[in-house]
Amino acid sequence: MKPLLVFAGLWLCGFAVDFSFDAFIQLILIYIMINMMLAMSLNLVNGYTGQFSLGHAGFMAVGAYTSGFLSTMLPPMAGGLQIFSYFFYAISGGLAAALAGWLVGLPSLRLKGDYLAIVTLGFGEIIRVILLNTQAVGGARGMYGILGPTDWDLGGFVVSKFVIGYTHALFWVVLCFLTIWRLIRSSHGRAFLSVREDEVAAEAMGVNTTQAKVRAFVLSSFFAGVAGSIFAHYANYLNPGSFAFMRSIDAVIMVVLGGMGSLSGSLLAAVFITVLPEALRPLKDLTGVDLRMVIYSLSLILLMILRPKGLFGSNEITDFIRRKSSAQKVKA
Amino acid sequence: MEDFVQHIINGVSLGSIYALIALGYTMVYGILQLINFAHSDVYMMGAFASYYTAMFLGRDNQPGVGTLVILLVASMVACSLLGLVIERFCYRPLRKAPKLNILITAIGVSLFLEYFAQVVFGADPKVFPSVLNDTVLAEMNGVQLKSSDVTVLAVTVIMMLILNFVIYKTMLGKAMRATSTNMSVASLMGVNTDKIIAFTFIVGSSLAGVGSVLVGMKYPKIDPLMGMLIGLKAFVAAVLGGIGNIAGAVLGGLLMGVSEEMVVGYLSSTYRDAFAFGILIVILIFRPSGLLGKNSVEKV
Repeated sequence: MKPLLVFAGLWLCGFAVDFSFDAFIQLILIYIMINMMLAMSLNLVNGYTGQFSLGHAGFMAVGAYTSGFLSTMLPPMAGGLQIFSYFFYAISGGLAAALAGWLVGLPSLRLKGDYLAIVTLGFGEIIRVILLNTQAVGGARGMYGILGPTDWDLGGFVVSKFVIGYTHALFWVVLCFLTIWRLIRSSHGRAFLSVREDEVAAEAMGVNTTQAKVRAFVLSSFFAGVAGSIFAHYANYLNPGSFAFMRSIDAVIMVVLGGMGSLSGSLLAAVFITVLPEALRPLKDLTGVDLRMVIYSLSLILLMILRPKGLFGSNEITDFIRRKSSAQKVKA
Repeated sequence: MEDFVQHIINGVSLGSIYALIALGYTMVYGILQLINFAHSDVYMMGAFASYYTAMFLGRDNQPGVGTLVILLVASMVACSLLGLVIERFCYRPLRKAPKLNILITAIGVSLFLEYFAQVVFGADPKVFPSVLNDTVLAEMNGVQLKSSDVTVLAVTVIMMLILNFVIYKTMLGKAMRATSTNMSVASLMGVNTDKIIAFTFIVGSSLAGVGSVLVGMKYPKIDPLMGMLIGLKAFVAAVLGGIGNIAGAVLGGLLMGVSEEMVVGYLSSTYRDAFAFGILIVILIFRPSGLLGKNSVEKV
């Protein structure tokens, strides 16, 4: 019930955003949601299962291209039904990415730590180079003309394309959050956590560690692919360059900034990382040179030195509220 | 056949540059178990340092051995200073932090150097001063031996010999090896590990500086993002040979250089970068510790 209420509440906020803000803010809002999905899904692998993947952008690319390609073959339905079409593209993109994740994960998850990071980095780059050389999806020129959400005319009332896209993205963000949140508190999730804490001990307790890792990896790739699909239909244009190494790094930064193993941390970090470069834009007019990324990278270094556990560590934002209220009860 | 020999010559020359940069990765990894992502940008800064030195001394169009030596020294000094500063202010405060934090700091430093360079030097490519006249030294059945290739190889071999001497014949080298074997025991034996780590960064970074001048000589175009791809490849070379192993980095670099030239020559040049990662993945899956690396068994 609670998640439905959250969904409904945020959905109504979407209408408010639609009426009161311009397209630029709306675009940023969608990007925030895409980054939220990337961060949460990567958190499943890097935070909860304790593996280190550096190739998240590759899976996002698989999802985005699959979804974009599918929409050129099978154009979305008109009116309100279009949301089902986008839902279908997102699932297909997610499944394709999950398949890619399975293929990558099966051989490479036997490796540990840095080596796994390197192999996933390598796979991410390979996916990008393959896309760069596949003429069917545009190659280096990129893929043009991907259809995006359109306005839905309900007689006098027009549901704008932003609301359609927002609803779709919001649905997936809530679903992703819920899936991972519930999963971590299930026995499968306990297996993931045990792999993070001590792999040898987990194996001794009968956890199939390779299987647990591959499962986490595949699920994480699925949501990365869905994020890619949302990105494809909102940007209407795909280019292998947008899925370069830097995007994977961005995802890792969001996970670490929010705290490894903290979903609410990932959400907040996604907001922060998406908004910060945009918020620093006026600085460029002031100084004449583009200092945004210099400040961004400096704050990253400082954050790692001053607050190495990220914003929340492995706590959730609700933990802080609960702790406070229980402390008050004790006092009373 | 002539083509093949020519590809081998080009490949060895390219590979020895990879090897120089790979050494920096492998030495830092050997001692700190840290993938120093900023290494490729130290290399980039070395190229710019030698560029501005040449401009300052008016040596930008006087090819010759003198210019080569001046630029090498300038680049090495600049890179080792930069490496030292990075180690002191970014990595040392995090010595006891989880590995992932240091890794992200390394990425942060790398981003910082790239964007800082774009702000200070401008994002457009610059033409590197001509260091040596590129003449054909010997020609046989169409196979050309160019002076630039010979210089690259000669400088690399000299650097390797110096490095070998430092690591295996001096007390400093002994301390370095001890630190990389076991840092806490080394410090108990009276090794100042902080100093040794700083020294490792100096050595690794100055080798990257040498690499940057050699690359500038062969491909005279430098820009703030020049380090990204060559850094990744050098890193792959280090992993290929067994990261943490110095001979492995050299072997990996040469293998990478030769195989890359072969791919460009006989297959397709658009897949040259994918190929590098392809080798890496195959090696890591079948021999995770690299070609010359020791297999480590996890103890409980």
